[in-house]
Amino acid sequence: MSAFRDQDPRIHGIQTKIRVVPDFPREGIMFQDITTLLLDPKAFKDTIDLFVERYKGKNISVVAGIEARGFIFGPPIALAIGAKFVPLRKPKKLPGEVIKEEYVLEYGSDCLEMHVGAVSAGERALVVDDLIATGGTLRAAMNLLERAGAEVVECACVIELPDLKGRERLNGKPLYVLVESH
Amino acid sequence: MFAGENGLQGDPRLKAISDAIRVVPHFPKPGIMFQDITTLLLDHKAFKDTVDIFVDRYRDMDISVVAGVEARGFLFGPSIALAIGAKFVPLRKPKKLPGEVISEKYVLEYGNDCLEMHVGDVNHGERAIIIDDLVATGGTLSAAITLLERVGAEVVECACVIGLPEFKGKCRLNGKPLYILVEPRQ
Repeated sequence: MSAFRDQDPRIHGIQTKIRVVPDFPREGIMFQDITTLLLDPKAFKDTIDLFVERYKGKNISVVAGIEARGFIFGPPIALAIGAKFVPLRKPKKLPGEVIKEEYVLEYGSDCLEMHVGAVSAGERALVVDDLIATGGTLRAAMNLLERAGAEVVECACVIELPDLKGRERLNGKPLYVLVESH
Repeated sequence: MFAGENGLQGDPRLKAISDAIRVVPHFPKPGIMFQDITTLLLDHKAFKDTVDIFVDRYRDMDISVVAGVEARGFLFGPSIALAIGAKFVPLRKPKKLPGEVISEKYVLEYGNDCLEMHVGDVNHGERAIIIDDLVATGGTLSAAITLLERVGAEVVECACVIGLPEFKGKCRLNGKPLYILVEPRQ
């Protein structure tokens, strides 16, 4: 589901603050840069508020954020809805015992890790990242949470690249995004 | 300066924050007692108190920039920025920021690295704070201070959840004051 389709008046302001950087990290890729959104306190606050309004009061106890841009949006959402924040990280960053999940990226492949014990069986969780492209990273994140026994309620991203069909790779789990970029 | 020396003596939130931090011995190498803040993020009250203490300190200091050092500075900085109405500026490892950047090299507690900031994120004369989870040698924070000063910002203070005891009292980093919540746990 896209808030863009719902035409909340805050969406336009958010969309205009996202900068597109051509040919990054390689030629042909139009990179969606959210750092310019973070420079506008009102637009950044609106972004967080849209997610908080959707998830508050839904008994979500875990917000998992994907390194590193998921760390920017996830914690403010977690704090506002009363949930814990769980960082999902690249290999060898988390110091304690971890579980690992490999995945294929839009450009390359990688592995995501989560601390053992961060999430308990039966907890209701969100996965947050800045953007969904092919859905590979989000799928790996969902797998980690489900392996720990959590229920992934929804994946939440600021931006979707619908042409890459990431939405179809989420094992039927719902996806909520604020803006689409074609 | 530690929060407990100045204004927050005996504040029970500080003990709860300290207790929520996990020590992982011999990470990333033997001999290092790694201060793991991920357990703090699992304790909603302690995490919220951490952010609130920084927000209470900075909200009336006319700060327009909160710069956070990748990646653990990203866990605390944005919430502080949102609460005080400042922009959040990520300071990142090389080749992560897509636009034009300025770079600053530094020496870590364990290795060397380089920090980058987008050109145009910060304007001349803006008042900034820099946030990271922990200060050890101060190498990363020094690089961050230099990046902000190179674009003409005024670094008002560096804020860290954890800091080594040598930063007590009036100890400064590159002439800038530090504000730290707790010491490392054993």
